[in-house]
Amino acid sequence: MNLWIWLLLACVLAYAWKLVGYFVPAKLLKDPRTSRIAGTMTIGLLASLTIVNTVASGQTLAADARLGALAAAAVALAFRAPFLVVVVVGAGAAALLRLIGWN
Amino acid sequence: MKLLASPAVRVGISISIATGLYGISFGALSVTSGLDFWQTMALSLLLFSGGSQFAFIGVVAGGGSGIAAMSAATLLGMRNGIYGMQLNALLHPTGWRRYVAAQVTIDESTATSSGQTDPDEQRRGFWTAGIGIYILWNLFTAVGALAGSGLGDPGQWGLDGAAVAAFLALLWPRLKGREPAAIAVVCALATVVAVPFVPAGVPILIAAVVAALIGWFSHGRSDEGLEPDVDPYHPHHGRRDRSNNTRRDNQVDAHLDKQGDGHGQTGQAGT
Repeated sequence: MNLWIWLLLACVLAYAWKLVGYFVPAKLLKDPRTSRIAGTMTIGLLASLTIVNTVASGQTLAADARLGALAAAAVALAFRAPFLVVVVVGAGAAALLRLIGWN
Repeated sequence: MKLLASPAVRVGISISIATGLYGISFGALSVTSGLDFWQTMALSLLLFSGGSQFAFIGVVAGGGSGIAAMSAATLLGMRNGIYGMQLNALLHPTGWRRYVAAQVTIDESTATSSGQTDPDEQRRGFWTAGIGIYILWNLFTAVGALAGSGLGDPGQWGLDGAAVAAFLALLWPRLKGREPAAIAVVCALATVVAVPFVPAGVPILIAAVVAALIGWFSHGRSDEGLEPDVDPYHPHHGRRDRSNNTRRDNQVDAHLDKQGDGHGQTGQAGT
C-alpha cells in the first residue's frame, strides 16, 4: 500500500511538470540554463540507472551476467537496432551467460 | 482518407507503433520488479513518460524505497516541462485541450511536432503521435504485464539484463558528441562510488545532483539530452543528426520570437 502512495504522487508530479510548460510564462522557462539542467539531468539519471541496474545488488557491487547484457546491448545499439531488439538482446545475453554458469 | 495524406500524421502513426510496442518491455519488467498489474497500469495511464516509468521500476527493482523511486521519476520528468513550453509556443492550445495536450507531452510527440514546419502539420503531428502513443503504450503495457507475471524466475529469462539494455537504449540517442558522453561517465562513476555507502535508490539521486551541477556551471548546448528515444524522422537510427536538431530549435525560436517575448535562446544550441 505504501508504494501506491509514492507511485500516485509520482504521477501527480509528472503531470505537474508537463502543465508547468503550458502555464508558466515562456520567459521563465526560456532561461537556457533551465533547459540545460533538464537535459544534463536526463543524461545523468539515465546513465546512473543503467549502471545501478548493471552492477548494484542492494548496497553491494557485483560483476555478474548483467555486465554481459550491457555489452551486448551496446553492440546492438551501435548497429542501430530498434529499442525492442536491444532489450531482447540484453535479456538473451544475461540468460545465456547464466546458462553457461556465470551467475 | 485526407488525413493520411498528411506527412505529420503518417510520421505520427509510425512513431506511435514503434514507441507503443516497447510498452511490452515496460509492462514485463514492471511486474517482475515487484509492482502488481494495476500499479504497472497506473504508471502508464497516469504518469505516461517512458523514461520516468522505467526509472520508477528500476529503483524499486534495485531495492530502493518508494520515495527514492518517486524522486528519480520526478527529476527525469523535468524535461517534459521544457517540451510543454516549446509546444505551447508552437501550437497555442486553449481551454481543455491544454490539459489533454499536457498529458501527452513527451519526447516523441514533441519531436514529431517540432520536426514539421507548417503550423497545421505541427498540430496534426503532435496529436497523432501523442494520442497514438498513449493508446498503444497502455495497450502493450497491459500485454507485457500479463505476459511478465507468468514468467516465473525473472533471472532465468535474463530480465535483469533486459532492464540494463532498456536504460542504455534510453540513454544512447542522447549521447551525441563528447560532452554528453562525459556527463554520462561522471554520473555513472558517482553512482558506483555511492552504492556501498547509501541506501539503494539514493545513488541515482546523487547522480542527478551531480548532473544538475554540471548543467548549472558549464555552458554547452541548451538542448543537450532532449531527444526522443525513438526518433520520428530517423526511425531505427539511434542518433538525430545535427542539422535536423538545428532546424527544430530555430523553428521553436522563431515562434517564441513571434510572440514578442525575447530572444531565441533555446536555439543557440547546435549552431
